[in-house]
Amino acid sequence: MKDTVKGRVWKFGDDIDTDIIIPGRYLVLTDEKELAACAMEGCDPEFAEKVKPGDIMVGGRNFGCGSSREHAPIAIKGAGISAVVAESFARIFYRNSINIGLPLIEVKGISKHVQEGDELEINMEKGILKNLTTGEDFQIEGLPPFMVEILNKGGLIPYLKEKLIAEK
Amino acid sequence: MPMTIAEKIMARASQKKESKAGEIVMADIDVAMTHDLTGPLSVESFKKIGIENVWDPEKIVVLFDHQVPADSLDAAENHIMLREFVEQQKITNFYDVKEGVCHQILPEKGHIVPGEVVVGTDSHTCTHGALGAFSTGIGSTDMAMVFATGQLWFKVPETLKFEIEGALKNYVYAKDVVLHIIGKIGADGATYKACEFAGETTKEMSVSERMVLCNMAIEMGGKTGLVEPDEKTVNYLKNRTNKKYEIFKTDPDSESLETMYIDVSALEPQIACPHHVDNVKPISDVEGTHIDQVFLGSCTNGRLEDMRTAAEIIKGYQISNKVRMLVIPASREVYLQAMDEGLLRIFAESGALVCNPCCGPCLGGHIGLVGPGEVSLSTSNRNFQGRQGSPDAEVYLSSAAVAAASALKGSITDPRK
Ligand code: SF4
Repeated sequence: MKDTVKGRVWKFGDDIDTDIIIPGRYLVLTDEKELAACAMEGCDPEFAEKVKPGDIMVGGRNFGCGSSREHAPIAIKGAGISAVVAESFARIFYRNSINIGLPLIEVKGISKHVQEGDELEINMEKGILKNLTTGEDFQIEGLPPFMVEILNKGGLIPYLKEKLIAEK
Repeated sequence: MPMTIAEKIMARASQKKESKAGEIVMADIDVAMTHDLTGPLSVESFKKIGIENVWDPEKIVVLFDHQVPADSLDAAENHIMLREFVEQQKITNFYDVKEGVCHQILPEKGHIVPGEVVVGTDSHTCTHGALGAFSTGIGSTDMAMVFATGQLWFKVPETLKFEIEGALKNYVYAKDVVLHIIGKIGADGATYKACEFAGETTKEMSVSERMVLCNMAIEMGGKTGLVEPDEKTVNYLKNRTNKKYEIFKTDPDSESLETMYIDVSALEPQIACPHHVDNVKPISDVEGTHIDQVFLGSCTNGRLEDMRTAAEIIKGYQISNKVRMLVIPASREVYLQAMDEGLLRIFAESGALVCNPCCGPCLGGHIGLVGPGEVSLSTSNRNFQGRQGSPDAEVYLSSAAVAAASALKGSITDPRK
């Protein structure tokens, strides 16, 4: 995980569910790039074409609710999104994202302070999210240390690999 | 220390005397389930870890239910890949295309007992709390860790207990109760909590009805559903398993316990309206809404009781010419019993399509997709935009009785009339 990410905002509402992020008929796919091409198709069919590497998604409450399909965070990450910021996240989506190395940031009330197209800068280490367009600063809550470690290693698999090899 | 069922199970699974909500524990997994849709990613992730063998092939259950029989080459390839994995890892608990939906098969075949920790790469794994297990949905990477180590980390959840009281009126079911609760507390009203269903009404319910309650715990953000095991639980398990088990109960003075009282004595049939499961209205508000397809089935309401309820209403009548109805028993056992009782004949005679046990249109990936502008009435658990096919379609959720009455009329219909 990079200490600082900077990118343009794509804004979504409350209860963005996993069927919107990646509809059921695409779950036969497992490839990151193929999944990314269909990301957010449920609400914005052109999303995958418009998004640029490093962009940031901002959502409302209960982002990622619904299915346990890991295809959802994989599609978002594959599309080039560097972090997702939301008022709150559904728990399975939360775990899955951390596990595949997609940083999630919870900031209460964020939707009111960010518009689509704004430029955000997130400094994970300092725990600060800056809206460069409006100049506003927000405090972000730190993750438990072992989750930071998983993110730093690039996800649960590389983390486990290292740990299990160390144990041998 | 007084503890909830969830805390007691988490403590047992992490070899501790006590565990407390908020604490992070590393728990031993008793049952790990994966299916044809999320299995391939789980296996790919497991292979990336670089370990050759799974921790314990006997504790893993693999089954095919979402795309059975295979409806595309991609699906067929996923099946082939999982069959190879099953064989190579010597996994004996493998159910190929013929058995039915995972959350019906696991309890039916005796894989679930009280007090266990069950994980599945499917969000509705919370269903199995109906038998008093701590059961929750996880992603494919978490499953790879379970395959490799037999363990997974959990944040011990707080418990939200629903004391449900009052006798249900005629044609009102567990589905209406749980939709009512979700409408009340919202789609994130129980985020990361264990949702424990209790009270007289829950005690009166059969194990199948309790599964309906627990199945939908995830639709309010719950980590697991739970029902305290009783005589009915023990009877259900009797002929299905010889696994040993321990029954845990929630201490009333547990610190992490929040209780909500729900009176259902005046409840009428409930409908979840598009596109959110918490957009719940009493049927009187949406009666007469035009529908194009009715789906009776899924891990929520595809059990024998649902087949009986629907058949009783449909018997002797024809499904409206304006709708198509799909009837999909949740498992081979349900299918066979429904056949023996003549229910499948009633459905077929009325003009409904009876399909093989599977998830069907529930997830919009296999059969019976709904097209743009169409409206589906479904006994399943999710009505998200695009869930059953086109993002321009609408999905309403209801009980089996409402589904049957509505199929006859061609519009949303109160079965009491
Ligand atoms: S019936 Fe629907 S909710 Fe249940 S496991 Fe299948 S797709 Fe998921």
